Amino acid sequence: MAVNGAVTWLRRAEEIDGYDLSASDSEEVHVLAVDDSLVDRKVIERLLKITSCKVTAVDSGRRALQFLGLDEEKEANGFDGLKVDLIITDYCMPGMTGYELLKKVKESSAFREIPVVIMSSENVIARIDRCLEEGAEDFIVKPVKLSDVKRIIDYMTTDFREGEERRRGINKRKLRD
Amino acid sequence: MERNPMRRQLQTMRKSLFDQGYLDDQFVQLEELQDDANPNFVEEVVTLYYRDSGRIILNIEQALERKTFDFNKLDAYMHQFKGSSSSIGAKKVKAESTLFREYCRSRNGEGCMRTFQQLKKEYATLRRKLEAYFQLARQAGPVETACRPK
Repeated sequence: MAVNGAVTWLRRAEEIDGYDLSASDSEEVHVLAVDDSLVDRKVIERLLKITSCKVTAVDSGRRALQFLGLDEEKEANGFDGLKVDLIITDYCMPGMTGYELLKKVKESSAFREIPVVIMSSENVIARIDRCLEEGAEDFIVKPVKLSDVKRIIDYMTTDFREGEERRRGINKRKLRD
Repeated sequence: MERNPMRRQLQTMRKSLFDQGYLDDQFVQLEELQDDANPNFVEEVVTLYYRDSGRIILNIEQALERKTFDFNKLDAYMHQFKGSSSSIGAKKVKAESTLFREYCRSRNGEGCMRTFQQLKKEYATLRRKLEAYFQLARQAGPVETACRPK
C-alpha cells in the first residue's frame, strides 16, 4: 500500500525481506517489533494491532537497525510518515540480542528518544535491571498478554502525543479534542 | 445453556483440554484476540507453531543422534522450542521442554533422550486434539451474536 511519497521508500524497503509494513498513518503509534520467533511475531503483531498500533515486525536486531536507518534517510528528505514511535524487542535472539539492540538505539543521537521495551521468557532480576539501566522503558515477561501491551501503549500514548506535538511544531490536526 | 449440540460438544472438548492440562491460560489469551475480522487467529497461530517447531524438533533429533551431545546447542534449540510452545499455551509440551533443559544443564544425555521421547508424544497428542477441536469449531459455525457478522 503506497501512501503519498512512500513509493520509493517501499520499493527500497521491499529489498529487505522478513518484515511486514502496514499503511502509514502518522496519528497512530508505529511500533517496530523485533523477534526471531515466527509464532511470537504473529502474536505480538496481533496484540499491537488490537491496541490500534501500526506494526512493522522484523526478525532480527540487524533488520531493525536497517529499518531505522532507512527511516532516518527518508526523514532527511522531509518524509516522516513511517517514523518509529516504540521498539519492542525480544531479549534472546541469535546474532544481535535485544540488549545489544537497545544499546545501539540509546547510543544513537537520532534514535535514542525512541522508547524500547524488552520481552523475555526469563524473569531474571539481573537481566531486567541491566535493561532498565541501559534505558529500556519496560520489561515484559513472555508469553506476552494483551494487558501487557495495553499497559505500555496506554502510558506511552500521553507522553508520545505531547512529544509529537512538540516535534511537529504546528499541528496538522488536533490530536486531542 | 448452549442449544447447538455441536457447540456443546465443542465446549466440552475445550474444557477437557484445560482440565487435563494440555492447555494453559495463554491459549485463552489468544482466543481473546479473535474477532469477526480474525475468526481463525488461534488456529492460524497453532498451525504456524506446528510448522515452525517441526523444524526445531528435527534439529534436536539430529543433534541427539551424535555420539557426543552438544548440550549447549541442545539447550539453545529447546529454549527456542519452549518459547513458541509457551506462546500458544501448550502446557504439557512446555513442561517437558523445561525438564529437557534441566537435563541439558546437568549434562544428562539419558535424561535428555528420555524426556525428548515424552515431549514428542505430548507434542503429537496436542496436535491431534487441537486439529479435532478446530475442525469441530469450523463445523459448528460462528457463535451467534446480536449483530451477525457478514
